[in-house]
Amino acid sequence: MSRRPYTPKMTYGWWLERPFYTRYMIRELSSAFVTAYSGLLIVGLWRLAEGEAAWNGYVSALSHPATLVFQGIALLFALYHTVTWFAVTPRTTPVIVGEDFLPPQPVIIAQYAAWIFASAVIIGAALWF
Amino acid sequence: MSNTTTVTLEVLRYDPERDQEPRFQSFEVPYDEDWVVLDALNWIKDNTDSTLTYRWSCHMAVCGSCGMVVNGEEKLTCKAFLRDYLGRGPIRVEPLRNFPIERDLVVDMEGFMAKLESVKPWIIRDEEKPVEDGEYIQLPKQLKRFKHHTLCINCLLCYSACPQVGLNPGFIGPAALALAHRYNLDSRDQGRHERQEVTGSADGVWECTFVSACSDVCPKHVEPGGAIQEQKIANSVDWFLDHLIPGRSSAGRTKE
Ligand code: SF4
Ligand code: FES
Repeated sequence: MSRRPYTPKMTYGWWLERPFYTRYMIRELSSAFVTAYSGLLIVGLWRLAEGEAAWNGYVSALSHPATLVFQGIALLFALYHTVTWFAVTPRTTPVIVGEDFLPPQPVIIAQYAAWIFASAVIIGAALWF
Repeated sequence: MSNTTTVTLEVLRYDPERDQEPRFQSFEVPYDEDWVVLDALNWIKDNTDSTLTYRWSCHMAVCGSCGMVVNGEEKLTCKAFLRDYLGRGPIRVEPLRNFPIERDLVVDMEGFMAKLESVKPWIIRDEEKPVEDGEYIQLPKQLKRFKHHTLCINCLLCYSACPQVGLNPGFIGPAALALAHRYNLDSRDQGRHERQEVTGSADGVWECTFVSACSDVCPKHVEPGGAIQEQKIANSVDWFLDHLIPGRSSAGRTKE
């Protein structure tokens, strides 16, 4: 009796086979939008360095409907990325307090608190100046 | 559903001597509220088809040999109750994914065994201390840090659930990397950097994209996904320190 193992092939649509994989792939895709939006911000810095006319051109390009649509989509993906990332962070950084590990909830809550605080500071500074 | 008397199992069959590729075969099995999928397979083997091939031993979620894919989810079949699958059509039983199928529900584990060995899952010391010097002392708190990573039963559910294992069969994979981490974290061990030659290689932790399906399906809460991310952090810190501090090199070096 000889061996003849059968090696199954992975399908191209593997990530559609389980909702868990699909959510993972959306998270991977969201990185592309986060990167693109970071690129947009870097272009802004570069235009700012070039002087007032360049900066004004950049600002008006930002309010063009196409850019607005892109920013809306990028925001949704960034939110998805953030929420899913916050949810898995406790797995990556186990903290022992006293005799036992910290449960995930305080870690998740701390991240949201830091996020809200950082956003409030930035929005506050933008309104102030 | 107390009036249920039978359930249908759709079982993947593959006979290496006859079949070119796997096929499904349906079996009608008596229903018992206390039966698990493994009981149903045993009933088939005893009453309908004695050639049905699968692994099992303990029937109590300890030995790790009965892992299969039930209705598309990795399960220990000795823990998967028939009653939880009622009313959703036939119960589909397949071998673990991402492994060559040897016959029916039995997969070839040789590749995994080699990966497991490659991470040197034993305590490595710079110098062994003589027996007369006594045992290595470990505090309960030091044990706590890695105890959950020691609970692996090698059921391979995590390898089946991990798409990165499927996409790159060379990937050392969740359970083996979790075991490496278990030894890295052991206060008696000094072999982290020696293991890092394998765990930090292209087939090691960097092949992981943190799908975290492994931790999701693990029946023993070993948390392989977390173990891999922690190693990525440790490897990155080493890389930075090696580049910042002249003369520092963590490759092949043992833990200070
Ligand atoms: S880590 Fe969990 S799922 Fe993977 S082989 Fe070990 S017990 Fe099974
Ligand atoms: S038969 Fe041992 S784990 Fe299921």
